[in-house]
Amino acid sequence: MEKFMLIFHGGSDVAPEMKNPEAMQKHMQKWFGWVEKLKKEGRYEGGEPLEPSGKFVSGPNRIVTDGPFAESKELVGGYFIISAKDIDEAVALTQDYPDFIFNGKVQVRPIQKMDM
Amino acid sequence: MSALPDKNVRQLVDHLFRHETGRMVAVLTRFLGSENLDTAEDLVQDTLLKAMEVWRFRGVPDNPSAWLYKVARNKAIDWVRSGQRQTKLLSTEEEKIKSIWNLSSPSEALFQEGEIQDSVLRMMFACCHPSIPLESQIALTLKTLGGLSATEIANAFLTSEETIAKRIYRAKEKIKQEKIRLDPPGIFELPHRLDSVLHVLYLMFNEGYHSSHSDTIIREDVCAEAMRLTFLLAQHKATGLPKVHALMALMCLQSSRFAARTGDLGEIILLEDQDRSKWSKPLIEQGLEFLSKASVGNMLSEYHVEASIASIHSLALRFEETQWDTLLNLYETLHELKPGPMVSFNKAIAIGYAKSPEEGINELEKINSLKDHYLYLTAMGNFYLLQGDADIAKSFWEKALAKTTSAKEAALIKRKIQTCLS
Repeated sequence: MEKFMLIFHGGSDVAPEMKNPEAMQKHMQKWFGWVEKLKKEGRYEGGEPLEPSGKFVSGPNRIVTDGPFAESKELVGGYFIISAKDIDEAVALTQDYPDFIFNGKVQVRPIQKMDM
Repeated sequence: MSALPDKNVRQLVDHLFRHETGRMVAVLTRFLGSENLDTAEDLVQDTLLKAMEVWRFRGVPDNPSAWLYKVARNKAIDWVRSGQRQTKLLSTEEEKIKSIWNLSSPSEALFQEGEIQDSVLRMMFACCHPSIPLESQIALTLKTLGGLSATEIANAFLTSEETIAKRIYRAKEKIKQEKIRLDPPGIFELPHRLDSVLHVLYLMFNEGYHSSHSDTIIREDVCAEAMRLTFLLAQHKATGLPKVHALMALMCLQSSRFAARTGDLGEIILLEDQDRSKWSKPLIEQGLEFLSKASVGNMLSEYHVEASIASIHSLALRFEETQWDTLLNLYETLHELKPGPMVSFNKAIAIGYAKSPEEGINELEKINSLKDHYLYLTAMGNFYLLQGDADIAKSFWEKALAKTTSAKEAALIKRKIQTCLS
């Protein structure tokens, strides 16, 4: 098993459809369902949501600037760490990502290992 | 790294977001001022968005409502501090907000259960203010207190989203123009203002109950919202009057028949053909209990009479066992309180069963304004069949078929025609 980071870009947080409390709750419950499924299959290792704002620190002079870091439709909203046999399986595990309908994107990145 | 608690998936209460939306909007509007109703709604929307962003990763917190209130409160404080409030606060108002927000445990203080209910009641009176047009009152109440979106309301009311949005907009404009504040109505004003709130809740429930929209879920949601708000009034000491209990009784008794009212294919099943074992016994019991609570004092409202009528049906184990004489008396009383063609129509039906089909037909013939209504034509057909005139019955049903625009109703009438031929 290898570890992968799923990085979520955009999605439901910016979807105009999410003006409806009932629809929001139902959509959130889809996420719960997806995570539950990943956990049952022993794939879910963890995950965290990210605040949309923050700071950049850059260059030799450590210049601090404020976010935002990207347009809201590209913004990283959070990440999961999952385990999978290989990249193909990791990609397959994103099938139930609920935000595809809102044009959300998932970046699937293998986590580098020490032993090659 | 956080692990999602497994419990959260099914533990999140149904409609939590929708219900808390209404409560949070009421509380925030009360403290930000009714001219900032739109802001209160935006802040609540942001709060739900925040919950969605965080909970989907971290799971549902132990006390989801308290979590939401705390976020909403912080957002409101930020908004006030950022100076975005357009009208300057009166110094007394400012003191009030500060004192409420500066209590030692601010997150609790602002959102104590009593405070929330009080805010919801005030909001209800504001939404149903007599200077707002009636249909706008209903739309605004469903939107702000029921947490329903304009699309959902439009679906339940068989109208366009644009129409509903306009109605809500108009209501909000009125609130601004008339400076309708979220103050509780004074003692002298209360009876009149309460009547208009009850009227809105009654219409809201009926709209949900009788609409022929195929999506039964949204209609039941509208009924549930009306019941939730009526229940709140019934529980409060200032508004828990007999007629409020009577309205609550009516809603319980009507909704006890939800499951029996439509068949597997979504077709309407009339009272006489319903499988009465599908009626909800707990709701009937609650309805009867509210009805007995309503029977104190000497004020008889239309809700009392309508609830009593509903209870007569609920108590009959079979359609044939309906107490038609009692029902007829009740319809006569209702006719005095609230004359109108639909009441006359129902009275005529009661006469037809209590006395004879012939007298029912005579009575129906006196009602001129309903002669083209499919319900009227269907009822005429029913009484003619009871009299043994199958051919006349059929001709009425065929006319009824031509008058209905609902597929469900048409299916029902076609079935009648077929059984009559066989």
